[in-house]
Amino acid sequence: MRWCTAALLLVFHVRHCATAADIPDLVKQIKSADADTAQAWQELSRLPATEIPRLLAAIDDASPAAANWLRSAVDAIAERDRAALPAAALASFLQDKRHAGRGRRLAYELLCIADPTTPARLLPTMLDDPSAELRYDAVEAAFAAVKPQPKELTTAKTELRKLLSAARDGQQVDAIARELEQRGEPVDLVAHFGFITRWQIAGPFDNTGGRGYRDVFPPERGVDLAAKYVGKGGAEVIWKPNDAGDNTGSISLNRVFPGPAVGQNGKLSGMKAAVAFAFAEVDAPAERDAVIRLASATAFKVFVNGREVLSRETYHQSFDRDAFSAPVHLVKGRNTILMKVCQNDQTEPWAQNWMFQLRLTDSLGAVLPLVVVTSGTGK
Amino acid sequence: MSRRGTALKVVLAVALAVVAGADWPQFRGPGLTGIAPDGGLPEQWGPAENIPWKIALPGRGLSSPVVVGGHVYVTACSGLNQTRLHVIAVDARFGIKLWERQFWATGPTNCHPKTCVAAPTPTAAGNRIFALFATGDLVCLDAAGEVCWLRTLQIDHPAMNNLVGRSASPILYHDVLIVPLENQGESWLLGIDAATGRTRWKVERPVENNYSSPLLVKHDGQTDLVIQTAGGLTAYDPADGAKRWEFADEGVSAICSPIVVDGLLLGTGRDMVALRPNAYGPPEVVWRSARLSTMTVTPLAAGDRVYAVKDSGVLTCGDLRTGKELATLRLRGSYSGSPVLAANKLYLTNEDGNIAVVDVEGDPKLIATNRLSDPMLSTPAIARDCLFLRSDKWLYCIGRPAAAK
Repeated sequence: MRWCTAALLLVFHVRHCATAADIPDLVKQIKSADADTAQAWQELSRLPATEIPRLLAAIDDASPAAANWLRSAVDAIAERDRAALPAAALASFLQDKRHAGRGRRLAYELLCIADPTTPARLLPTMLDDPSAELRYDAVEAAFAAVKPQPKELTTAKTELRKLLSAARDGQQVDAIARELEQRGEPVDLVAHFGFITRWQIAGPFDNTGGRGYRDVFPPERGVDLAAKYVGKGGAEVIWKPNDAGDNTGSISLNRVFPGPAVGQNGKLSGMKAAVAFAFAEVDAPAERDAVIRLASATAFKVFVNGREVLSRETYHQSFDRDAFSAPVHLVKGRNTILMKVCQNDQTEPWAQNWMFQLRLTDSLGAVLPLVVVTSGTGK
Repeated sequence: MSRRGTALKVVLAVALAVVAGADWPQFRGPGLTGIAPDGGLPEQWGPAENIPWKIALPGRGLSSPVVVGGHVYVTACSGLNQTRLHVIAVDARFGIKLWERQFWATGPTNCHPKTCVAAPTPTAAGNRIFALFATGDLVCLDAAGEVCWLRTLQIDHPAMNNLVGRSASPILYHDVLIVPLENQGESWLLGIDAATGRTRWKVERPVENNYSSPLLVKHDGQTDLVIQTAGGLTAYDPADGAKRWEFADEGVSAICSPIVVDGLLLGTGRDMVALRPNAYGPPEVVWRSARLSTMTVTPLAAGDRVYAVKDSGVLTCGDLRTGKELATLRLRGSYSGSPVLAANKLYLTNEDGNIAVVDVEGDPKLIATNRLSDPMLSTPAIARDCLFLRSDKWLYCIGRPAAAK
């Protein structure tokens, strides 16, 4: 009887232990998401560590959910089969920049387990890596090496300039810029990030009860910088140039449309329950894909070349650089950007921000070679 | 296993968990009370005393540890812009990491610097743990670390927007996982099948950020799922999401959570309002007190007393029958984590990582302050005669040498 049980268990085991040949079907099951995904995960997670690179490659075109199924299966394999991590294959996967950044980063972390010399060997070669995380770590390691160097050392300043160019993470850029400033080399962060600060602004329109977010105002049907509109309370609205981005590249609509000061500190307030439009024109040397990144503490819609690309109907959350982003396509030559920024009627001191900050970048956040040519500005 | 079989397994696991009793399966423990069924905790501890183990965590977290079946589960976040989400299982007795699973954040990770995306406390029952992150990522794992299902709720509901950081914790009602997602843009309360991860029901909620965790209130032979937000409390049938009653109240908050003791529901916030639910409609007001106000910290009720802690560290003790203030005690520091209680002693963790032990046998009396000097914004867990605390760097087990067995 005991033998029978053992034989049955063996048959069961053989039947349920996935092999390399099963990987395509199991990955397909994970990606389809309508089959028994957990069963496929279990089988993948029992694969030997030598198969990890194949699972990492499967992450390349996986949906966010499928990528998480796959990476957690890799976690389980690596945890169980830590001593057998295939260092050479992981290194090869990591070096192949055609793979997705997420998978390559995971390969790097496993490689660090298999070979603790990995960071020292590879990070110095990754300052321009297409993976945001690998590049971040590469810059961070190099930055840590430069910081202790004497303030007046020219080579240190040169290295910091190089790192500033390589960095894509905003906080890392800030830290390097601070270090350069302490060494007598101030950095124009507005230019570095490429924030657009030349705008034509029109407003205020009415946003009573938040309806203005959904209402379609004339600028949303097409921008005519010579047009006159009927705005909030029947007042005439015209486009006015605004080149007054602050030292963060933000455009304060409270300054453009001032209201009463609020709070004990007399915080600047703008008009309440209002909508403003900001319009910019940008010349691109060639057609290309780009990413629009922006910050707004209040509800907004943004249109690129007349098409709505991003919107959020929220008020008075944090104002974080690049908080919102969306892929866009730029045509060769003139491109237009229209921001619709809505303010509600909240009167609390913490609910007074009415501002935005916007830039166009590549997929990792590097500034693009664009020329801002907004008509009537920059004079 | 078939879906029916899986569902049966989950129901059995939940039932077994209830029988086990000594676990701390969710935010504020068994019954969402903050009260441990047994005591045995030390009053004092330090580096060389009554800390059987501590284990390094991979990243930040405001979520509480939960303890089920001899495992301590904890969530954390790390990496560039908090995009790595971690679920970790640790052996409760020896402090050995059993497994760790990582997931990539699939929703925005922006939040107020005081919080992070690992803020909601996971819930666990029997063989399963359900971990929700502020990014809308919800994962179900079994005790061995195998992924049972996962959901990308922000992708499912893209209009939801919360740049301050969600913190409300999911809870289990039988085989339904209650998931609060209250934001600007769009707000939902979801009832998710614990076995399959599929949405069983969803209810639209007010479009405002809400950090308050849901509560289950038993009365008159039924269980109400109660959600508190700024402006009132609403009760639903946890089985299908059908609305049962609404109670408008400007005194309650969207930050701290409501509590229940012996069928008395306490709405919390600028005022504390005691409500008696009934089977016929909105609850009746029993009393109201502005003296028992709280901001972030969820109060605790035990016996005939209620304890409210202001963020500034003022502990107010009130009479649960009348709402009358009985005593106050000034504690040092600022508080975000909520108090827990074992054997008539309150354990209160301040943001600097100092844990006050307050005897509440009579009027509250400070009997010890234990300094871990490791910032903590989370609520402790109590199980197996141990207090489990988590900071951004460490998970601690506090207990006498013979504890945690």
